[in-house]
Amino acid sequence: MNYKKIGKILGKIMIMEGILMFAPLLVSLIYRETARNVLAFVIPALVLVGIGFLLQIPKSQRETLYQKEGFALVAVSWIVMSLFGAIPFVINREIPNYINACFEIMSGFTTTGASILEDVTLLSHSSLFWRSFSHWIGGMGILVFILIFIPESKEGSSMHLLRAESPGPQVGKLVSKMKVTTRILYLIYAGLTVLEIVLLMLDKPVAGYEKDKYFFSILTAFGSAGTGGFGMMPGSMELMNPYSQYVIAVFLLLFGCNFTIYYLLLIGKIKHVLKSEELRTYFGLVFVAVLVVFLSVYNNLSAMPQISSGEEAFRHSLFQVASLISTTGFSTTDFNVWPSVAQTVLILLMFTGAMAGSTAGGMKLSRIVIAFKGMYVNVRKTINPRYVPKTKFEGKVLEEKTTNSVLAFITLYVFILMFTVLVLSFDPINQQAVTVTSDAGVYTVQHGFFSNFSAALACISNIGPGFEAVGPYASYVAFSPLSKIVLMLTMLVGRLEILPVLILFTPKTYRKS
Amino acid sequence: MKIIIVGMGMIGKTILENLIGEGHTITIVDENKEKVESLIEKYDTLGVVGNGACLDVQLEAGAKNADMVIVVTGSDELNIMTCMVAKKAGAKSTIARVRNPLYRKQTEEMKEELGISMVVNPERETANEIFNLLSLPSISDIEHFAMGRVSLVEVVATEGCALVGETLISLGQKLKNKVLICAVQRNGEVIIPTGEFLIQEGDKISFTADTKDLGDCLTEIHLNKRPFKNVMIVGGGRIGYYLTEKLAQKKFRVKVIENNEEQAEEMAELLPSVSVVYGDGTQHSVLTEEGIEAMDAFVALTGSDEANIIASIFANRSGVRKTVAQVKNDELTNMLDSEQYLLGVSPKHIAASKIISYVRAIANSEGSNVITLYRLVQNKVEALEFVAKAEEKFYNVPLKDLQIKKDCLIACIIRKGEVIIPNGLSHIEQGDNVVVVTTHKNFDDLTDLFI
Repeated sequence: MNYKKIGKILGKIMIMEGILMFAPLLVSLIYRETARNVLAFVIPALVLVGIGFLLQIPKSQRETLYQKEGFALVAVSWIVMSLFGAIPFVINREIPNYINACFEIMSGFTTTGASILEDVTLLSHSSLFWRSFSHWIGGMGILVFILIFIPESKEGSSMHLLRAESPGPQVGKLVSKMKVTTRILYLIYAGLTVLEIVLLMLDKPVAGYEKDKYFFSILTAFGSAGTGGFGMMPGSMELMNPYSQYVIAVFLLLFGCNFTIYYLLLIGKIKHVLKSEELRTYFGLVFVAVLVVFLSVYNNLSAMPQISSGEEAFRHSLFQVASLISTTGFSTTDFNVWPSVAQTVLILLMFTGAMAGSTAGGMKLSRIVIAFKGMYVNVRKTINPRYVPKTKFEGKVLEEKTTNSVLAFITLYVFILMFTVLVLSFDPINQQAVTVTSDAGVYTVQHGFFSNFSAALACISNIGPGFEAVGPYASYVAFSPLSKIVLMLTMLVGRLEILPVLILFTPKTYRKS
Repeated sequence: MKIIIVGMGMIGKTILENLIGEGHTITIVDENKEKVESLIEKYDTLGVVGNGACLDVQLEAGAKNADMVIVVTGSDELNIMTCMVAKKAGAKSTIARVRNPLYRKQTEEMKEELGISMVVNPERETANEIFNLLSLPSISDIEHFAMGRVSLVEVVATEGCALVGETLISLGQKLKNKVLICAVQRNGEVIIPTGEFLIQEGDKISFTADTKDLGDCLTEIHLNKRPFKNVMIVGGGRIGYYLTEKLAQKKFRVKVIENNEEQAEEMAELLPSVSVVYGDGTQHSVLTEEGIEAMDAFVALTGSDEANIIASIFANRSGVRKTVAQVKNDELTNMLDSEQYLLGVSPKHIAASKIISYVRAIANSEGSNVITLYRLVQNKVEALEFVAKAEEKFYNVPLKDLQIKKDCLIACIIRKGEVIIPNGLSHIEQGDNVVVVTTHKNFDDLTDLFI
């Protein structure tokens, strides 16, 4: 392991995080918050920059990183970022428990949006900003961000880093140069975010939150751009006006698209875009899911007093489907009380996630499509051993190697999910009753298998809220510290797509040979 | 510049390796998917898998806006066709590797009619390189700057030569500043020497000199030995053919040993003044029988690196003054020893450096300042030629008054075609070409040289 070089890049990331902390610091100053709130960001920022510069001192023998080192570096940097990113919450005493604070910020950086807060209104503006800002940073990947700034290296070891951080089975570059590629991606990302902020600002303010209209527009856009899902009002997006809810739903779907598609649109290759198999699958799936959820909710309208009209049923269905397929986790209503058909569809969407190369989590649709095609070939081969399998994906022949790695990924994904559920089942919290207050009224649920399962799934797929005791109106605070740590790692596994984290925890990585 | 490289063989890879660090946007094309994938993994470049002569593949690689398409696949015809297609697709200039001697005479026509900007023949370039090494007996390496006006040569300070025991300052007075020593290798280390540096026996010394004066300079430092007359060449392949032809023209006495009967006969037919022997030149008994002991120089050009190296060592032990072996595998080059005048040449590096300097020349006309770049001494030292373009404050100031970075040296100044070997009183003017030798990497402007 080239520890010195890893330390060097890690140092750069720490400096970068320190600089990014100036954003919430600025918010703190604008809203004239207390000295403690200001210091909460000044201290960790200075510490980060200081350690970051110290790590630049040792000279490394080898300038390049091997693939395994690149992967380990990515995993370590995300962990380090979260460990330091949690400090402000502890200093300003808004989340005094360090593990809870880590959970919150890890959930932020991995764009999960699972929260341990029972009442977000108690947070200061700066804390709210830092939480949502972490979504925006984590959505595109912090190392990719750093790559824009570090000078070009002759050897392209940076490709491993991009691969480790970017979601999807096949990671490519848009243009020949890594730096230009990352710059284009970030420009598209920032452009879409700004567009959403503007559209949200056009809406009339939410009753009771008139003062924070612009502030909340920015935070909401951060949360949806990174497909994170931290709310800033009680009940997530429930209080938002219908116009805003539609805007958010549309943007959630847009951020679930592969960013290459926007690049192709920008350079005028519309034909390529229309041919994209994954894009068609994505919108086909969204259409079917919205239709089924809508019909299921509409048929049970009488049992749900909180939804009064057909339009409302459609809006909530669209919003919830968009929110879960893009693995964001915003909610406009309590889907915990929806009919089981609707809930099942939503759970399935939590598995699939959106397109590869987007900011969404989950397994990614391209993997699902490849897995299905691979299985089809296997079945055909069993029926007719002489059959020559040649299936295509995105116009290119699907190689067995690709199919195998996708199937391995899905297997690992499910395995880690089940392992997490198993750990959660040991938590003393099980069988305890939890009271939930939502737009559907006050009700109690028991903490049990379904809660644990949906919590694990919501974390590995980077969604946030699950069902029952961890539903959209509940929080993760009741879990034991051990469960929280395991859930944090699960989030990281989901965000970095398993391998980097796995490599970090493999003893072989540290052996010399 | 936007560059497309078609064909990822040894030459293609070498070109990629060298150009990638110079800020160009490069796309590679090859039919072998694994090869493309592994290169994308290693270098910051984009890859396209497919036949480079297909218009579709070229368009995907971006030939429409490409400044340069370099085609170095194994087949001459495919290379020529790919260049034509690239030109049609909109590429500004194209380079093709064409190695068949039969096409040599029509090079100019091909360039004009088919729109190929440069035709590179690796075997011919290699033959030229070997010829240069053989025409000056005492040198172990030679590179050229400023269209050949300046030479950078490597020699060994042997016992009895005028260099040993002198400092750079005393040497300057002795040789009237006609040479400038810019790098010294001692015990595997590279030193960019200062004025007080004392030369010891066994040092490998690189110096610049005006190409016109090179012969005189070597005489003055007692290194100009008796010129070579008798040369033995093992392997009558393409390099062998080109080299033999060139040596024969310059009245060398050449003996070629070739173990393919047909090829031996063909060679004897084409070059009647040369004695061609049919036999296995890697066998020591054959070499002895053919009179290796009476030879001044020995060149091994068979297809096997190992056989070439061993034959060279045998020739060296038999008293041959200089040997040159073709070594394709870079790792094996270390087995040779330039102190003993056991030299190696690598066709891929020679062809690649030819193409790279052409690319640099074009990049230079578009704003970059580096005209030529050589990596010497196992890539530890870079020798670069810059143009002094924009107005700078260090112009017209004597060099001794300038603050120059450690391990950097101004080796030569070329002003209006005249070569100046600089001393402390020389100065740089706008429009000069300046040759700099340094162990720093990635200089891309003359201003990088100063503190």
